[in-house]
Amino acid sequence: MDIAYLIETVIKVVVVLLIFSALAGIGTYFERKVLAFMQRRLGPMYVGPFGLLQVAADGVKLFTKEDIIPSNVVPNIFKIAPVITAATAFMAAAAIPFLPQFTLFGYTVHPIVADINIGILYILGIMGVGLYGPLLGGMASANKFSLLSAARGAAVFISYEVVTGLSILAPIMMVGSLSLIDFNAYQAGGIGDWIIWSQPVAFILFWIAAFAETGRTPFHLIANDHEIIDGFGTEYSGMRWGLFFIGEYANMFFISFIIPLLFLGGYGDGSLLGALGLLAKMSFFFFFFLWTRAAWPDVRPDQLMWLCWKVLMPIAVINIVITGLVMMF
Amino acid sequence: MFEAIAFYLFAFLTTVMFFIAVMTTQALHALTALAAGMIFISAFFFILGADFLGAIQIVVYSGAVMALYAFGMMFFDTTRDVKEKNGNKYIVFGLSILSAVLVVVIFSAPMVTDNISALYPMVEGAGNTQELGMVLFTKYLVPFEVAAVMLLVAMIAGIVLAGKKMDLSLTLMNDAEIIEAKIEKNKKVLS
Repeated sequence: MDIAYLIETVIKVVVVLLIFSALAGIGTYFERKVLAFMQRRLGPMYVGPFGLLQVAADGVKLFTKEDIIPSNVVPNIFKIAPVITAATAFMAAAAIPFLPQFTLFGYTVHPIVADINIGILYILGIMGVGLYGPLLGGMASANKFSLLSAARGAAVFISYEVVTGLSILAPIMMVGSLSLIDFNAYQAGGIGDWIIWSQPVAFILFWIAAFAETGRTPFHLIANDHEIIDGFGTEYSGMRWGLFFIGEYANMFFISFIIPLLFLGGYGDGSLLGALGLLAKMSFFFFFFLWTRAAWPDVRPDQLMWLCWKVLMPIAVINIVITGLVMMF
Repeated sequence: MFEAIAFYLFAFLTTVMFFIAVMTTQALHALTALAAGMIFISAFFFILGADFLGAIQIVVYSGAVMALYAFGMMFFDTTRDVKEKNGNKYIVFGLSILSAVLVVVIFSAPMVTDNISALYPMVEGAGNTQELGMVLFTKYLVPFEVAAVMLLVAMIAGIVLAGKKMDLSLTLMNDAEIIEAKIEKNKKVLS
């Protein structure tokens, strides 16, 4: 392990952290604008051009707000919960190839922090650990609404991990590898080679489960504003609440990268066009998260569990069996 | 050098986490420390190059401890301390150090006498995941399948225990009894 490798890794980590922390802020701006236009409003428009500096204003507000620790909470756990959400979101990014490799001043750069050969398993595991943030925050808060949200968090965590894992198993069987680089290489031949054509069911299931993993609107039960206030975030203030937010948005961006990498060809053959294509696909999936929030109501918690165990999981298992049979004969 | 630093760091962290899990009186502290310890253990798998096992360690144990959290939520007010009858603290320390030494002796004894060899040597060119699959489906096939059957039995037992009216069997009842049971069921819905 030489020094150049170490420096390169540190630079990559810092770049990923900075870019996606900033993107999380800008993501909130996009969310507010998209929701506003879909509801025939204008959204943020007074601070800066097109309201763009609203992000900075929100940041200043979050950073300067008093950090309140209520008297009945479990202080250590209460303080560490937001950090878990944000940290695990960024840890998952370590195994995602954001762009194809490119040459900068004669030095070949691989835009992936750690090319481990079990990438997708690692990403799903770490993203699952991210749900410890809402769970711990909710349980430590000494608040009934927070406790309800923590209970829902545990239920979603235990259920939808199953769907994500099973849905991804069929494509893994086809590719024969757990590395996202290998997934990309398998689909490098063009649109005809994309896994979505042979595994449409797995694609839909993974997409649905992604909404549950990130806690977005049809499954936004962990922090459902109109029945349990802000759920696990009720007692939080200032930057601790902001960390929950950064974690959620970073997770949305990362899962929007993973879906195209797994099913839609990723960055293709590694040309500039392919790289731009990956960014475009990522933008579409991020936009779809916002679109769904404007278009769909939330489901009830029991409907969420019903959907997971009685619909999605059997379909996923049947999909695996059929894939296995097709591969065998 | 990096491996040594990482090993000692994670060894220290894991020990501290499990120590907290045993000694604290706060249910949330104990559960969180347990989860953290389980996740830190995966670092040892990564250091040894067993990436697949490391990721599985994270996935399985974070889910398993999550179920413990659910139990904690149901049984305690987790924001309050649990009153424990704590005997002599020196007994805890003495027993844990003794058992740690015993485990080290048991596992290092064959290594010291060089009496240990790999039954299934590494296959050239096969990845970590493939190696695991080969061992699991050749040498350890029977234990692997038996474990799967055991889980199935446990699952059926859980369903029977938690389900309603599982003591009734429609195949053992005659028609009159079945109709009676149906009427009974409808009554309950109406009332």
